[in-house]
Amino acid sequence: MNITKFLKDNIVILDGGMGTLLGERGLMPGELPERWNITHPDVITDIHRAYFEAGSNVVSTNTFGANSLKLSDEELEEIITAAVRNARLAADGVENRFVALDIGPTGRMLKPYGDLDFEDAVEVFAKTVRIGVRCGVDLVFIETMNDSYECKAAVLAAKENSELPVFVSSAYGEDGKLMTGATPEVMVAMLEGLGADAIGVNCSFGPRMLRDVVREYLTLASVPVIFKPNAGMPRVDGGKTVYDVSASDFAREVCELVKMGVSAVGGCCGTTPEYISCLKQNLCGLKPVEITEKDRTVVTSYSKAVSITDIPVIIGERINPTGKKRFKEALRSGDMAYILNEGLSEEDDGADILDVNVGLADIDEAQMLIRAVKELQAVTALPLQIDTSDAAAMEQALRLYNGKAMVNSVNGKRESMEKIFPLVKKYGGVVVALTLDENGIPERAEGRVEIAKRILKVADSYGISKKDIVFDPLALAVSADASAGTETLRAVSMIKNDLGAHTVLGVSNVSFGLPLRDKINSTFFSAALFAGLSCAIINPHSQDMMGVYRSYLAISGLDDGFGGYIRYAEALVGDAPRTEAQAVSPYGEDGLKRSIVKGLKKDAARLTSELLSSKEPLDIISGEIIPALDEVGVGYENKTVYLPGLLMSAEAAKAAFSVIAEKLPASKSDTGMRIAIATVEGDIHDIGKNIVKLLLENYGYTVVDLGKDVPRESILEAVKRDNVSLVCLSALMTTTVAAMEKTITLIHQEAPGCKVIVGGAVLTESYAKAIGADAYGKDAMAAVRYAEMLKRNN
Amino acid sequence: MTSIIYNKTFDEPEIDKREILRYAGVRGEAELVEALLDDCIRESSGRLSYRVCYREIDLNSTLPAFLRSDSYTLKKNLRGCDGVILFAATVGIEMDRLINKYGKLSPARSVMLDALGSERIEALCDTFEDAIRMEYAELGIGVRTRFSPGYGDFGLSAQSEIFELLLPEKKIGLTLNKSMLMSPTKSVTALMGISHI
Repeated sequence: MNITKFLKDNIVILDGGMGTLLGERGLMPGELPERWNITHPDVITDIHRAYFEAGSNVVSTNTFGANSLKLSDEELEEIITAAVRNARLAADGVENRFVALDIGPTGRMLKPYGDLDFEDAVEVFAKTVRIGVRCGVDLVFIETMNDSYECKAAVLAAKENSELPVFVSSAYGEDGKLMTGATPEVMVAMLEGLGADAIGVNCSFGPRMLRDVVREYLTLASVPVIFKPNAGMPRVDGGKTVYDVSASDFAREVCELVKMGVSAVGGCCGTTPEYISCLKQNLCGLKPVEITEKDRTVVTSYSKAVSITDIPVIIGERINPTGKKRFKEALRSGDMAYILNEGLSEEDDGADILDVNVGLADIDEAQMLIRAVKELQAVTALPLQIDTSDAAAMEQALRLYNGKAMVNSVNGKRESMEKIFPLVKKYGGVVVALTLDENGIPERAEGRVEIAKRILKVADSYGISKKDIVFDPLALAVSADASAGTETLRAVSMIKNDLGAHTVLGVSNVSFGLPLRDKINSTFFSAALFAGLSCAIINPHSQDMMGVYRSYLAISGLDDGFGGYIRYAEALVGDAPRTEAQAVSPYGEDGLKRSIVKGLKKDAARLTSELLSSKEPLDIISGEIIPALDEVGVGYENKTVYLPGLLMSAEAAKAAFSVIAEKLPASKSDTGMRIAIATVEGDIHDIGKNIVKLLLENYGYTVVDLGKDVPRESILEAVKRDNVSLVCLSALMTTTVAAMEKTITLIHQEAPGCKVIVGGAVLTESYAKAIGADAYGKDAMAAVRYAEMLKRNN
Repeated sequence: MTSIIYNKTFDEPEIDKREILRYAGVRGEAELVEALLDDCIRESSGRLSYRVCYREIDLNSTLPAFLRSDSYTLKKNLRGCDGVILFAATVGIEMDRLINKYGKLSPARSVMLDALGSERIEALCDTFEDAIRMEYAELGIGVRTRFSPGYGDFGLSAQSEIFELLLPEKKIGLTLNKSMLMSPTKSVTALMGISHI
């Protein structure tokens, strides 16, 4: 029988701890337990056999830490082969004794917070899976995962390299979250989306401490739930390690959760065959609780889940270049800060999910989309809605996404469904389905509902259920067809009531071609909400729209105690200019200059726009901004201004510049000198680099930011491509100065005209000379001074 | 050497603003900078964790290689000790998320958050050290001040062995990368000599 079938009719008993038992048999601290598969095969087989005899249906191979980051490919192969053999021997060919390929975390953090690339992580796990499959394991057991992203990499690797059932269990902290922030709700949604066969909780604590987390799994999951806790916490008693939960208490507490619906149970650290045997006795007579379909529509990031329920969800529409000149410019120049700011301000204004559309005719959309998704996920915990018509770009973004994304979109055309549904099936996601097909958009609501029904049927054939589809019955311009608004509203309520499915609308299309669009939009939005709309793609900065939304929740009894409405109202009333400082006149006492020196961002922006009505942009720059920067710069050099103060001023100046930039063609404020900046390969510190970049931009230089951990070849490529005349390199560690030296050598060889200035905590003037740098920047101002000098000499 | 690796989560240690400003390079009056700091404290509040894992090593047992090394600093620090407490501490990944979030958007805030993170991890280590010292004092055992790989000639190369002994990846979510850097970055590994008084 296969394990999935066995799991349907039985409570599956997994095994208990391995490490503790090996310790008792002489494994030294720091020694790799996996090597014992080869050096002590009998010991390993004995332990597996003891578990089978105690009642385990599944034992996990002794391969928790066996991966290609720690072992050579040859040793990995040898260890896993031996491990599977050792477990198989213990199974003795007895029926219903299954062998699971055990996979633990790599021990490395994934980018952007560590140095392991997502695809590299997938490949590390894939190597282990491929060997395990060749050796004939019955299932893959991914366990003790404490990071959602790494967990996703492991599940993808298992799915892509085997047909075997995949069990996944994670280790939660006392805060009920994984170490990198995922809640049970996030993990359940993501793992079900990826097609895990059973999911759950292991390690960390004893059964009682984990009870709430397991209960949450039971409430949320539509697949079997695993529970494999520790025998409590360890302590030393008479020179021996003992755990504070006895076998009988352990068995009793675990069984309580089995009664609530847990399907597979076992033990982790500190548990022994005795615990499993007790567990088996306690389970005697218990029947598996039937697993019900939970019918929840959930999208997540790495830490935050948004479930689509009766409370409508706001999807921010601003990350989209359509009709936005400045946004297009940002995409072309790779100005990610602009895009990130757009997303963060939507979050501030109440968006629950951010739509991400970076499609532009003249850029590589897939590449930009991946970059935007990665960088947005580094700054916001909001789930994202990936919005692209390019299926290849969609696949790459869904793959790299940390969580379960919203997918925008599929439609009733056969070609669209054939492209998009397999992606949703593989990577998970809640997909927006437009009710149009080869014949266009039906005029009447009935026609749109027919398409929705057809989409549901096709989705089902791909194994995608209704809960993961949100229908968009399409808001069309009322200016073109006076009945467009009412037909869409009818479709919303029919899809909700007749099909029992969720809906979404890109609301603002309705007002296309009319003046004062917000008025039309907000009235239509209000009607759609009352018709039962589940999600709205809108501009969260619009006070009309958010006012309608907050009011709707209050009126419909969806805002318990009116807390949301009152907070909204208070924020709105208190929206007078924030008390950054007392009002300053742009003219009196060097208003703008003062505000920059003091580092008051909002004042600087406001005063700049006031000054622009009477002064030439270039006069403002030379008469106000530059003198302010000089004053602060000199103060910094004389140690009367400190680094945070210098940076606050720089940011205020940047705010002033961006107001001016809207009035002034870019070329006029540009000094014409291009500078590239990077943290060298192997180094992931970038605060210093960001500081230098900000100050150089203040002084009018175009700075190409290449990021951190940048290989020298990429730096050279940028130098040539962007006609760069100065490269700033940063390294914070002695170990990465070598990479810096190699980078300098390469640049001097291949781009002789280009200068290199270096900086970073471990460098000194003489050290910088020794590795061939043209200059040493002891701080950010030194880099500015050097650039100014180069410019003068040009 | 006993095989137990202990795990502790602490409450938030008291915040020392002057210390944070010192880390940020502020040496005098700076009113507006302090307002920025208050904002940073507010934003990070409730998002940090204070986790430590540790184990005791008997210096009379078979020693891991880094404790047998020739480091002068290490020897000097452990002179007269019969054991060490090896520990790893972290304030968690959220601190990195905050620092990184503002890296591109507001370097001033990023610098201040970085300083806050440095102060937080040191405060956690102080709290842990005090707790251990108190616990051991009751047993008549003295505990010396912590020191870390990277102090004096005690090299960073000890990190990989320390990680093998403490398994902090699993215990507190602390990882080591190729270039011996830790993630989350606001983390410390250290050891403290212990001796019977």
